[in-house]
Amino acid sequence: MPYLPQKPLRGHLIVIEGTDGVGRSTQIELLRPWLEVEGYAVSNTGWTRSPLLHETINQAKAGHQLTVTTFSLLYAADFADRLEHEILPALQAGFIVIADRYMYTAFARNTVMGADPQWTRGLFGMALLPDLVLHLDIDVETLIPRVVQGKGMDYWESGMHLALGTDLFDSFVRYQSRLIEEYRRLAREFGFITIDARRSIEEVQNDLRAHILEYLRAAGSHKPEDDSPENAPQD
Amino acid sequence: MGTEIRDSENQTTVGEPGSLPDQARSASVHDSSGEQLESAQEKRRSLLYRPHPYPGRLIAVEGIDGSGKSTQLVLLERWLRAQGYPVRFTEWNSSRLVRQSLRRGKKKNLLTPTTFSLLHAVDFADRLTYNILPPLKAGMIVLSDRYAYTAFARDVARGVHPEWVREVYSFALRPDLTIYFRVPIQVSLERLLAGRAKLKYHEAGMDLGLSSDPVESFALFQERVLKLYDELVVEFGMRTIDATAEILDQQRQVRRMVREVLRDYDQARAKNGNGIVWQTR
Repeated sequence: MPYLPQKPLRGHLIVIEGTDGVGRSTQIELLRPWLEVEGYAVSNTGWTRSPLLHETINQAKAGHQLTVTTFSLLYAADFADRLEHEILPALQAGFIVIADRYMYTAFARNTVMGADPQWTRGLFGMALLPDLVLHLDIDVETLIPRVVQGKGMDYWESGMHLALGTDLFDSFVRYQSRLIEEYRRLAREFGFITIDARRSIEEVQNDLRAHILEYLRAAGSHKPEDDSPENAPQD
Repeated sequence: MGTEIRDSENQTTVGEPGSLPDQARSASVHDSSGEQLESAQEKRRSLLYRPHPYPGRLIAVEGIDGSGKSTQLVLLERWLRAQGYPVRFTEWNSSRLVRQSLRRGKKKNLLTPTTFSLLHAVDFADRLTYNILPPLKAGMIVLSDRYAYTAFARDVARGVHPEWVREVYSFALRPDLTIYFRVPIQVSLERLLAGRAKLKYHEAGMDLGLSSDPVESFALFQERVLKLYDELVVEFGMRTIDATAEILDQQRQVRRMVREVLRDYDQARAKNGNGIVWQTR
């Protein structure tokens, strides 16, 4: 965004990507307190619903008047709003920002919905590239019971708007399979770190922490001696 | 753009805007330099740089606030309707889809240049889908008060990247005719202030913080916009009309320009027994 004053971004932008129901928010809930114990100030940001567009998106979705293009543009506006009002200020203040989804979710969804992938990438040309993208990968067979036992299959996550079929379950399987495939393609294109999310919450969390620590060390922010108990603050 | 593109891509059909036809995406460009190649491919991909394939005609007017373009478009619409042409009218920032967000954002000053730009793009895309494409495909004449070029002038004057905003609008069809009403800032200011007590916040570019005085801010902001319009006239081949001339004289020029665009349209229409033109050009 050329109009913004160039301020140094002292923080770190860490993105967790993956399809609906893969366990992103559960993992992020566990990451935050861990990072705070490590001494980092953490700011979370989600994918949708900035105050600016919250109602518009809800109404538009309810009214079924969206096309791929307006859908993509609305989400891009929503993203830009959060980028400028949440993400950039937090990074300037030196926070670790954990983003639950980022522009790659738009890339995956828009492509599955039939938008030109190049157009979508151009649309998000205003976005800041994250420092680290952790991709929670799953197969649709493992995903189904998690979603059904969790909050259930919803209209949008099942891709019913794509009219893939009248059956919610069948549509879910088809839509999510395509999304998973698309995330995997994006992982290769953008060099995500892919983590096998079919495993237990603990195993996935341990992997996430290891990759985040490795990144922070490489970025010169986390020194190995910080980990040793002798350096723990004494009362 | 050259005539070769006209010939090779006239057949392209476009469904959903944003989803570009494979033909356009994979088009090979014979250019030696790398940078030129990239920008040429970019232009190839964007619908803004080549004629649309639909039987209808798309006519747009552009100009800063107070240029008198809307008055001229209304007069054109009357004339076309009086002659029995099937006309559809559409206007910038009129879709219901983002009205609430824009109003809220403007009132509470939540909008940044990027979100301002994207919300207007949503408005445009929505109207393109519902108000512009169907009548064009059905062979009607669509009159558009402002077009994507408004974004290229205003949003860039607000500081967004010129190439980014062109990419955002790359799903926009190229109008058959775009008339730019050129007016000095002083004249447009006098016209606007004669009609109402005060300038609107965003119209005066107050969000940019150029000046705390609305009139001065308007002049500074619109000066940038005017400069950008002059560049857009060349880039997109707009026709310019001196908007300080008498209304009647301007309208005569408008009708002359429109008649040119309707020449082959009239022939196709005559063949169809004065009905709507359905066949793709």
